[in-house]
Amino acid sequence: MTAPQAAVIAKPPHPATAERAEAIHIWNLHKRFGELEVLKGVSLTARDGDVVALIGGSGSGKSTFLRCINFLENPTSGVIRINGENVRMVSDGEGGQYPADRRQIERIRSRLGMVFQNFNLWHHMTLLQNVVEVPIHVLGMKRDEAVALGEQLLERVGLSEKRDVYPAYLSGGQQQRGAIARALAIRPRVMLFDEPTSALDPELVGEVLKVIADLAKEGRTMLLVTHEMKFAREVASHVIYLHNGVIEEEGPPETLFGAPKSNRLKQFIRTVS
Amino acid sequence: MAETAVQTFRITPEKNGATQTRRLAPHRIVLALIGLGLVAAAIYFLRWDWLPDYYDLILQGLWRTIWILVVTCILGFLLAVPLGLAQAAGPKIVAVPARIFCTVIRGTPLLLQLWLLYYGLGSLFPQYPWIRGSELWPYLRQAWPYAVLALTLSYAGYEGEVMRGAFAGVPKGQLEAARAFGMRRFTIFRRIWLPQAIHRALPTLAGEAVLQLKATPLVATITVVDLYAVASRVRQDTFITYEPLLLLAAGYLVITGVIVFLFRRLEGLIPSKLG
Repeated sequence: MTAPQAAVIAKPPHPATAERAEAIHIWNLHKRFGELEVLKGVSLTARDGDVVALIGGSGSGKSTFLRCINFLENPTSGVIRINGENVRMVSDGEGGQYPADRRQIERIRSRLGMVFQNFNLWHHMTLLQNVVEVPIHVLGMKRDEAVALGEQLLERVGLSEKRDVYPAYLSGGQQQRGAIARALAIRPRVMLFDEPTSALDPELVGEVLKVIADLAKEGRTMLLVTHEMKFAREVASHVIYLHNGVIEEEGPPETLFGAPKSNRLKQFIRTVS
Repeated sequence: MAETAVQTFRITPEKNGATQTRRLAPHRIVLALIGLGLVAAAIYFLRWDWLPDYYDLILQGLWRTIWILVVTCILGFLLAVPLGLAQAAGPKIVAVPARIFCTVIRGTPLLLQLWLLYYGLGSLFPQYPWIRGSELWPYLRQAWPYAVLALTLSYAGYEGEVMRGAFAGVPKGQLEAARAFGMRRFTIFRRIWLPQAIHRALPTLAGEAVLQLKATPLVATITVVDLYAVASRVRQDTFITYEPLLLLAAGYLVITGVIVFLFRRLEGLIPSKLG
C-alpha cells in the first residue's frame, strides 16, 4: 500500500514539491449540518513531510475539516484522496453522501494517526494497553512485537514509568502524550492533531507541544488544528487560515504571520496573540 | 486585598496497616461480641436437634439455590447484552421488541411469569405427541427448566434495561477514538464498548444479583426443592417454625455476602475513577 516511515530519513526541510509523494489531497470539500453549512469548498494538498497548520476562530470549521479527512464526519460533497486512493462515496438521497465501502474507510483510517482534543484514551486499559490495542487488533501485529513498539514509543514521549497506569491517574499532559504514542503506534502516514492542547492546563501545554515539535522535526507529515499561533509559526511548513468555512488566506508561516494580506487575518492574529 | 485564612487538611491515603487497625477499633469489637452473643443464645436456647436429620437435604437445597442463581444470572446477562444494545443503538425493528420485552418482564410479578410458564406452557406440552416423543421431553416434564427459564427471562428483562443505560453512557469520544483508528464495528463493540458498559453496570449488576438470589425461593412454588423449600419441609415434618427460618436467613445472608465480595473483586480489577 505505502512505504511507511520513509519520512523519517533526514532531509532538508522543504525539498521541491514534486519530489515528494502526495499523502492527502482534498478538493472542494463541503460539509453541511442541516441548514448550517460549515465548510464551503475547502481544498488542501499535503505531501510527505508537510506540516500543515489550520488556524481560525471558533466556528470557522477547522475541526470539522480535520474530522472529515478520516470520515468521523461525512463530507457533504468534495473529493478526498488519501495515500493516492480516492474515497468512493454514494449519495444518501437527502443531499448528503456516505462512504461506499466501509472497509476502505477502515483501511484509510488505520493509516491516519488521530490525536483528539480530549485525548480519548480508552479508560479501561492501561497506557501500554492503549498503545498496543490498534496494532494488535486492527493491524494484526504480534503481541510481543506490539509491546516492544509500544514501550519504545512511550519512552519517546517520556512515559516509560507510566506504562501500567490507567489514564484516570495521569495528568492531562501525560494523557495527551500517551495519546500521541497511541497514534504513532499505527505507523501513520499522516498525523492528525485536533486542537491537542486546548483541553490542557496552561502549565501542561509545553510538554505536549515539545513532543509534537519533535515529530515535525523528524519530517513526519502532520495536519494540525491549533490555537497556538507561536507554535504554528515555528513548526508548520504551510498555514491555512479558515474563516466561516472558506480558506481566507494560506501560505508559508513567515508570510502569513509576518505579512498577512486580509484584514480578517490581521485582526485574528492581533486578538489571539 | 484582605488576606483570607486558608485551612488545609491533609488527606492521607489509607494504607493497609491503617485498615487493619480500624478493623480492630473498640466499637467493632463490641459489635462483634454482641453478634457472637446472639448466635450463642440462638444455639443454646433454641431447638436444633432436628438438624442432623435434614443435613443432606439442606446441602442439596443450598446447592440447588446456588446453581439456579449462578446459571440464571449468567444466561440472563448474556440475553441482557443484546437487549440493551438493541435499545441503545439498534434500529427500531429490534429496539421496539427489546423495549416491549423489558417492559413486560419488569411490569409483571415474577411469580406470575413462573406460574404462566410452569402451569401454562408446561401443561400444554403433554398434549402434543411429538413433544412427548422428543428427546427434550425428559427435561420438559420436570420443574427446574421452567424455574431456570423464568428466572433467566426476569434477570434479562431487568439487566437489559441496565445495559441499555450502560451502553448509552459510554462517552462518545471513547468510541470515536476506536473508529478513528480504523477498528471494525464488531471489534469496537468487543474491545471498547462492551467492556466499558459492563464496567459501568457492575455496581448495579451486583445489586441485581442479590435481588435475584432473593427471588429464587419462588421456585419452591413449582416444586423445585431449593434452600427455602427445605425450611418449609422441616416445618411441615416437625412443627418447628423459627429455627429453620433463622437458619434460612443466615444462609441467604452468607450467599449475599459472597456475591457482594465477588463483585467487589471484579470491580477492583479496573480502577473505578473513570476519566
